[in-house]
Amino acid sequence: MNAPTFKSTPARNFATTLDVERIRADFPILKLIVENKPLVYLDNAASSQMPQQVIDRLVRYQTEQHANIHRAVHYLSETATHEFEIARRTLQKFINAAEDREVIFTSGTTEAINLVMHGYGRKFIKAGDEIILTTLEHHSNIVPWQLLCEETGAKIRVVPINDAGELIIEEYENLFNERTKFVSVVHISNALGTINPVKQMIAFAHARGVPVLVDGAQSAPHLKVDVQDLDCDFYAFSGHKLCGPTGIGMLYGKAKHLENMQPYKGGGDMILSVTFEKTTYNTIPFKFEAGTPPIMAAIGLGAAIDYMQDIGIDRIAEHEHALLDYATGQINDMKGVRIIGTAKNKASVISFAIDGVHPHDIGSLLNQEGVAVRTGHHCAQPVMNRYRVPATSRASFAFYNTMAEVDALIAGISTVQKVFT
Amino acid sequence: MADLKALYQEVILDHNKKPRNFGKLSPASHHAEGHNPLCGDHISVSMNINAEKVDAIGFEGEACAVCKSSASMMTVAVKGKTRAEAEALTQEFLDMATGKLDLNQPNNIGRLAVFAGVRDLPTRVKCAILPWHTLHAAFNSVSEVSTEADADPMHSPVGNA
Repeated sequence: MNAPTFKSTPARNFATTLDVERIRADFPILKLIVENKPLVYLDNAASSQMPQQVIDRLVRYQTEQHANIHRAVHYLSETATHEFEIARRTLQKFINAAEDREVIFTSGTTEAINLVMHGYGRKFIKAGDEIILTTLEHHSNIVPWQLLCEETGAKIRVVPINDAGELIIEEYENLFNERTKFVSVVHISNALGTINPVKQMIAFAHARGVPVLVDGAQSAPHLKVDVQDLDCDFYAFSGHKLCGPTGIGMLYGKAKHLENMQPYKGGGDMILSVTFEKTTYNTIPFKFEAGTPPIMAAIGLGAAIDYMQDIGIDRIAEHEHALLDYATGQINDMKGVRIIGTAKNKASVISFAIDGVHPHDIGSLLNQEGVAVRTGHHCAQPVMNRYRVPATSRASFAFYNTMAEVDALIAGISTVQKVFT
Repeated sequence: MADLKALYQEVILDHNKKPRNFGKLSPASHHAEGHNPLCGDHISVSMNINAEKVDAIGFEGEACAVCKSSASMMTVAVKGKTRAEAEALTQEFLDMATGKLDLNQPNNIGRLAVFAGVRDLPTRVKCAILPWHTLHAAFNSVSEVSTEADADPMHSPVGNA
């Protein structure tokens, strides 16, 4: 076995201010035993785990506070409505939106992007117009725009990346012309971990009157997001990557855009009055929240954000960065293992390839060691094509991961190599 | 849960490293492409069939060890067999991979039994059966220039697998 050689910086040099053992005690699922080994959960970029505090909040809502919202005058309905709107304000403060009506609950990032495509794109983007995306996009920030292009005759232009997996900003700037009507860009690449210079990209687009959507699915859990400082027009993220439940996420939109947009779904709660001749839409955000939302999930997401903010997003980022640096050093020391995506500015995601071993086999054999990683194209096939690989293995770290878990990953990779020699 | 290391045993690793009948036959009387869109794996199978018998068979592809070794051992197993025999073996293999075949009963699985372990690994069943689905699609193709030859074999399934 290739024991870690410690040519790179040893784990003890990466001490952070986070009491990880105390934090781990909050997460019942992290005590699981998988294949007779303690679970090492390194698939956080796909979905993170939920602390007991959030689980308890979900149970409390369902046991004591549940009814439909924004409707009846009875006690439970008022309580549920109140808690739901408190969650909206928690999200508003979390991303520093100017007003709570700029926060729309969606089922996740995918629905948020689709909402903007339908509500903004179908109204304002016409034949011959151009939409700028990047090579780093998740499929959920590609396919909705392709659907729009099929319908309208608009075109997609794509910002390329360099070998390190960084956007080539000069090329981005060169894509702009009088036909450019929209930019939709991922904040942090889910496949490579690259953190994109979105603030700079937004300023450049705004100087040309072009609005920008930021896909924040990977950034909201890992760095402090301030939508007013970024000055983005839209920002989207998913609750389940932030220790919250699945089925809930949000779209932030500047009020001036949201007010001009078409509704996305028709139904209850999004109207002021309905006759068969004419319907008057409700004000924002309700115009975009037709039907009964996942109330429990929204309140759970609020609780998850409270939990993460109690720890501190800056301290979370610091710890995750230490894990990234330690793991990067360890993997770079191994023969026959290559990290894909080596941007200078990276979040705690490591995509890697082992010479002569298919990612699927890596994933299965690591699972045998209790180590959960994602293998596949990560819903980012343009990135895979750029590196001419069908798939990669990806370890993604959260604030509850430890240096010892990085060691387990490294030992697991050595085991995989041993099986295939 | 099956011991996965039992699946990654020597015979599978050997066929992964040194795949038999690797390459595309040209010309070929029968050909099909198989994709697993979930993981990006891709296998192509080409054959020359004379008088209902598989005279020659080759495969190519980008795939994991389970898929590649399954394809390699499949080509060894069906070469020289009649179409009916090969299709019957395909059904047995799919039944084995999905846990429906009793290996204690008489069968034609032979060395292919090394893949029995995938029945306990739902995420890997498709890796093992992709070559067999592709073989089935190739049998049903007219020639390698036929548009049907490009059909996704997952859409012309054999049995319930």
